[in-house]
This record gives sequence, C-alpha cells and structure tokens, in this order.
Amino acid sequence: MAVHYRKERLDRGIKARSEDIFALSSYREMLYLLLPRALPVIALLSLPVLKGIVGLYWEKVLVITCAIALLAVSWDLLASIGLVCLGQALFFGAGAYLAGFLNHSLGLPPFLTIPFGALGGAVFSTLLLLPVLRLRGIYFAIVTLTLPLLLARFIETTKILGGTEGLSALSPLPNIWFELYIPVLALLVCLFGFRRLINEDYGLVLQGIRDNDRAVMSSAINIYRFKAQAVFMAGVAGAFAGAFMTHYYQFVGMPAFALDYSVLPLTCAVLGGVGTFAGPTVGAFILVPLSEVLRAFGTLRVVFYSAILIICIVGLPEGVFPFLQRKYHQFERVVKVE
Amino acid sequence: MGNETVLSIERVGKRFGGVVAVEELSFDLRGGELLGVIGPNGSGKTTLVNLVTGFVRPDSGKVMYRGMDITGKMPYKIAELGIVRTFQMVKPFYRLPAFKNLIIPLYSPRVKKLRGGKYGDRDDVAIDLLEEVGFERDSFVPYKMASSLPHGYLKRLELARCLTLRPDLLILDELFSGMSMSEVASTLPIIERLNGEGLTIIMVEHRLRELFRIANRVMALNFGRKIADGPPGEVMESESVKAAYLGTEAEG
Amino acid sequence: MIASMVVYGLVNSVILALIAMGFSLTFGISGVANFAYGGFYLLSGYLTWMLLKYLEFPLALAILVTVFAVGFLGFITYWVILLRVRGIVLSEVIATFALGVGMLEFFRWKGFVTYEFTLPSFIKGGVEIAGVPLDYQRLFIIGIGLALVLFLYFFTHHTRIGLSFRGIAQNERTAISLGIESDWTAALSLAFGSGMAAMAAIVILPLGIISINVGYDVLLIAVAVGIIGGLESVPGILTGSLILGYAQVITGMYLSPEWMMVVYLLAIVLVLAIKPSGLFGKFKELEERV
Repeated sequence: MAVHYRKERLDRGIKARSEDIFALSSYREMLYLLLPRALPVIALLSLPVLKGIVGLYWEKVLVITCAIALLAVSWDLLASIGLVCLGQALFFGAGAYLAGFLNHSLGLPPFLTIPFGALGGAVFSTLLLLPVLRLRGIYFAIVTLTLPLLLARFIETTKILGGTEGLSALSPLPNIWFELYIPVLALLVCLFGFRRLINEDYGLVLQGIRDNDRAVMSSAINIYRFKAQAVFMAGVAGAFAGAFMTHYYQFVGMPAFALDYSVLPLTCAVLGGVGTFAGPTVGAFILVPLSEVLRAFGTLRVVFYSAILIICIVGLPEGVFPFLQRKYHQFERVVKVE
Repeated sequence: MGNETVLSIERVGKRFGGVVAVEELSFDLRGGELLGVIGPNGSGKTTLVNLVTGFVRPDSGKVMYRGMDITGKMPYKIAELGIVRTFQMVKPFYRLPAFKNLIIPLYSPRVKKLRGGKYGDRDDVAIDLLEEVGFERDSFVPYKMASSLPHGYLKRLELARCLTLRPDLLILDELFSGMSMSEVASTLPIIERLNGEGLTIIMVEHRLRELFRIANRVMALNFGRKIADGPPGEVMESESVKAAYLGTEAEG
Repeated sequence: MIASMVVYGLVNSVILALIAMGFSLTFGISGVANFAYGGFYLLSGYLTWMLLKYLEFPLALAILVTVFAVGFLGFITYWVILLRVRGIVLSEVIATFALGVGMLEFFRWKGFVTYEFTLPSFIKGGVEIAGVPLDYQRLFIIGIGLALVLFLYFFTHHTRIGLSFRGIAQNERTAISLGIESDWTAALSLAFGSGMAAMAAIVILPLGIISINVGYDVLLIAVAVGIIGGLESVPGILTGSLILGYAQVITGMYLSPEWMMVVYLLAIVLVLAIKPSGLFGKFKELEERV
C-alpha cells in the first residue's frame, strides 16, 4: 500500500495564545503582536536619523521611496473598491502642478502649497473621473491610462504652466528634517489610516462594492458616492506625494505625468500584495531602491517591472506581504495520510 | 395592509439584441398579496425582476410603484423606496462571519432613517436580524464564517440582508433553488409569517409545490408574455401553462 | 483649401479607424481590453522590417507572415497569460498593460529608434483627386480601411460565428449555457484584434518612421476613438474616427499641428461629461450594470 503525504498548515501556538484578551497574559504574546507593527514604524522613523551615515544619495532614495509608497497605497485603496487605476500619475501630476503654480505665481510658501496642492489636486482628479464611475470597471482603467498622457501633451502644446520647460526655482523645504520626516509621516498616516478604514464597517462597504456591487446597490447604497469618496481619498494621498516632490525637487514639469508614476506604484502593490496596504509599502521599499541600483540598465528596468508584474499577477497573486504574514502566523509540516 | 395597488406594471417590454425577454407585460399587485411568478427557463422571470428593481431599463412601458413612476430609476434609489430583492447567485463575504454580512445594508441611508439616526452597535443589530431568519442567537451559527455555511443557510442570509432594509415590497428570485427539502420546510414559515404581517411579496420560483402552498395568486410567463394569472389551483389546471412546461423538468 | 481639408480629413479618419478597429474588436467580442495593443502594433512594424531586411522576403510575403504571426501571438497571449486571470478585471488589465509596456520598453532598450526603421510604401507615386495630391499609399489606406470596416460589419452581423461572438459580449452566462466556448472565442478575438493591428501597422507605418512613441500613441488613439464613438460597435468606430480625424486636420490646418493632441483631450472630456459610454455606446449606463 502506497504511503501518501499531505502538507498541513497550522497556526503557530503563539498566535492561538495571543488571540483576544489572552494576549495580555504575557509579555511574549504581546511582543508577538506588537513586533510586526512596531518594528517597521520604528525603522521608518529612525531611517532619517541615519542620514549622516549613509549619505545624501540614500536620503534621496528614502524620499522617493516614500513618495512611491504613498502612490502605491493610494492605488491599493482604489483596488479595494474594485477600481483599477492605470494612471496614478494623474493624481501625482495634479498635486505637483497645483503646488508649483501656487508657489510660482502666487508666491505661497510650501507649508501652504503642499496641503492645497494635495486637496486641490484630489478635487480636480475626482471631478475628471466622476463620469466614468458609473460605467463598467474597465472604462476606469482606460480613462485613467489616457488622462495623464493627454494632460502632459496639453501642457506641452498650450505652453501653460511652464510648457515643456516646466516651472523651476520653486521654494525649497525649510530644512533637511522636514524633507525626510514629512514623507515618512505622511506615509505612515496613510498606511495606518487606510488600513483602519478598510477594517471598519466603511471598509466592508468598499469591499462589498468590489466583490458584488449589484448586491450592495440593492441594499439601498449609492455605490457611486462611495466610489467618488474613495477616488478623492486616494487622490489626496497621490496629490500630496506630487505636491511634496515639487518642493523637494524645486521644480515641476511634464515628467510629473509620466508613465513611471503610474507603473511603478502598481508594480509595488502587485508585488507586495493587493488590498493589504502594508504590502504595497513593502513592495515600494523593495522595488524603488532596487530600481535605483539598476539605474545603469536604463529602460530595461521598465521591462523588468513588466516581467515582475506579469509573473506576480499570473503566478503569485497574493503578494509578498501576505506570504510573509503567513510565515509569521503559521507553520507547515508534512503529515502521513493513513 | 389595505387594498391599494402597490405595484403596477404597464405594457413593459425588453429585448436583448435579437432576443425578446419580456413583451407587453402588464399586471397590478395589491398590498399584502403573495404573488408567485412561474414559467420555464428563459420565460422572462428574472428579467421582470431586473426591470422592477432598476437593473435593466425597459424598452417600452412603465413601472409604477404606489403611484410613483420608477421606470428606469437607479437600483439603489428603488431599494431606498423599499423594493428589495434577493439574487439567485448568492455571493456573501465568505471570509467574514455570517452576521458581518449584514453590515452593508445596515449602512444604507434607508436603515438609518427608519431606525431614527443612531441605533446602537451594528453588530448587535445584525445578530437580532439573523434571528428573524432562524439563526439561533445562542448558537455559534451567526458567528460562523460564511464559507462554512451550507447553501440553505446562505440563502437565508440573503433573505436576512433584504429584511434588514425593512422592505415594503420583497422580491424573492428563486430563493428555494439549491435548498434541500428540510431547508425549504424551515424557510417557508418565515415567508408565510412575513406575508401574514402584511408584507407584499413576489416569489419567482421553479419549485411549484411549495410555492402553491403559500401563494394566494400565481402568474405564469412564457416567452416573455403572461399566459395565466389567478389563484394557484386555477393556474395549475390551465392548458397553456401545462403546455409551456411540457418537456421541461418541473419540480411540482 | 476646402478640398484638401476634406480629402486629408478622410484619410486621417480612416487611419484612426484602422488603428482603433483591432482594439474595439477584441473588446466588443470578449470584453477583454487588450492594453498590449500598442505593443502588438509596433511589433508588427519591426517584424515586417526585419523580414524585409534580413530575410529579404518579398513585400507580400512579409505582410502575410507578419499578420499571421502577430495574430497567433495574440492567440497564445490569451492562453498563456489571460486564461488564468479571466474574469478578474484587475488582473486582466494589469497583465495586458504590463505586457504592452514591457514590449514597448524592450524595443526602446534594444535601440529600435533611429531613422533606419521605415517600411516601404506599396507602390510609389501619387495621383490627384479634386486638385488635391494624394500618394498611392494613402489611397491604399482608404481602400483597406473601408474593406475592413465592411468585413467587420458583415462578419459580426451576418455570419453564425460573428453573431455568436456578439452573444458572448451581451451575456456571458447565457452564451455559456448555450454551449459556446467562451475561452476559444476570447482567444480568437485576441487573435483577430492583433491581426488587425498588424494590418493597420503595415499599411500606416510607411507614412512615417517606426518609433516607440507610436506604440503608446496607437493605444491612446484606439482608446480615444472608442471613448468618443463607443467601443463596441462599428458605427461607433466610424463616428469616433471621423470626428477625431476631421477635428485633427482642421486644427492642424488652421491652428497649429501641436494642438491636435489637445483636441483628443477636449473631445474625451466632453464626451465623458455628456454620454460616458460613447456616442454610439451600445450599452447605456443602466445595462452596463447587469
């Protein structure tokens, strides 16, 4: 008689012990729960402090990583309601240009232009996307793909907002600590904020719209209002990243609407795990530094991202973060089946 | 409930491309009636439900609800007015406990209005509602993950979703499909009770025996047209109805 | 002046229609938005170029091989990539999008960007129509464009397969229950769509040089025409391309050529505000939900 084996996945003992109120029973259990949440937060908050050691180059990488992570988290919120956005650059560019315009033409300082840029950019993008929310999901993908590219051409031909040269010599940020801590804090706020939102009842409605929007509609809920709210919230996160980067680079131009700002966050989210918010962040912290290292390869990087995207989507749909989560909470063993 | 006309379908028609789904369909529904809708596959029953609840816009005709023209209004607006339907293919949140599945309807403005604004913890309310469909509060059933519930329970969960909205007109689209005999037997009294309390109900069904037991009026459709409309006994004897079902597996 | 506007407007419209047709066909038949469309278009150009240069095929043979090769590539794309993620909008979109971007950026990296890369016109020379000079290539384009439009209309309205194709897009469940192989149909729709992309590329690219931006522009055009006219009907493609085609030529003649892209943006925004599913959008808002 052949002996068959089967792979089993079980929760670790410490996970079972740390469910509910029993977690308070011992320091070990509490640490088990706190560690995965606290560690990244502490790490993120302390990275800027290391700047003296790692040098200017890696500071830049940190800032860009946070910006991309913000875009990835923003993308994830839209994915959670079932909207596939192929143009995160729309939010980024809108926020970037608005902040740049406010600074260049009205002379407003960064601490005003960035919030206004974030909110204004979000409003602008939401208004543009409102008509598409009533249609099938695929139209949202199509329109978000084309809008940033067309807006860039628009600026190019009408030569407004600096045209091809863009707006330069914009105000810098007050000091290095602002430069490093604002994006980090913004990322943490969005990350934990969106995660909280999704786990609340409001988040259930969002996911319901993604999974079965007809049932949600027949439960007397105006799904279009929720979609608009989600687009706005995601827009604020994305536009904030754009507005901030305008002042970081002290420049804003057509590259703000570049395909990069759409493809890279998407790849980070897919790699890290769609729907988890922490996943896209993890994805960003993997891919952005990696892409900096691979800068020598030029455009081949994008081919690389595309390959990762396809492999992940088809082969590893859950993503890195859920995989890590699983490893943390569960273990596998092989058992004999009698 | 009084004898006022709740729903009035006036010469409604719908085609999908070349296929006629519903043609020149008219009928009135009075308050408190339990109307059964029967007919072979493709006779237009589900299209009718979609037309009434706003998921499909008719090519011609009108849908009137308590004197209000609701033809082609958005589904959520129609549900807001109190017309609620079940879906044949139930798709609950599999990874959530049963009661959490009711959170979404509890979030709707209609429920907020009916319960007068603030109304305690949504979770508690959900557990109460599940009791109405026979999920015993003290058992672990309301807390079980939807993925582990048998099909009959999922259908009752779907019913609970509708009841959360305190409907004025309840439309059940093949609620009993896929249910075992015992599950049907335990669900029938719930529907009877609701109708007894005055709730107007439309039941689209294939399982004729059970339907005829509780319906006080039955309408039969074939190829999108009404071929019979009256008390169950009368409809059962009608020649055209028998002819329509000939060749189709009827479970009645 | 008017004559040249009318003639060039027509040529431009036909070009746009040719480009949009493949994308629309795939989307209309099986609901798959092939975001790799631009990649396939450009691939066809390069493939023909390589066949002509390195293998020295006669033009007709190169064309035939390319159309079939690209069509076949579309076909296997479905089976290899899309099949696993069918029905999950998110994954479908990302998969085709990544494929398209990957292809285009790969070509860019490989260096397919110099003036070498041109495709020859079919016949050199030109003719005058109503006092407007027109080269034979452009005449060819009009001819092939009209032929394809007629073919498309006939195919989807009068052949058994074409009708059943439309049945799929309308209601997948009904179609499945009627025993139509939804996967095969989708794969074929991708094959046809990519094949049409190849035909469009071969006929249009001789007008200029093959450049990477063309790949992105093509997708933009296909999408813009679809948004304006309606993605799922032949009248839609025609209307969208006529409107955009003439608008482009008129602004190009009376304003300046750079404004042409702006026209796209304004047209899209306008249509979205008034009738989001396109002027001839087959499915009005309500039914989009079902």
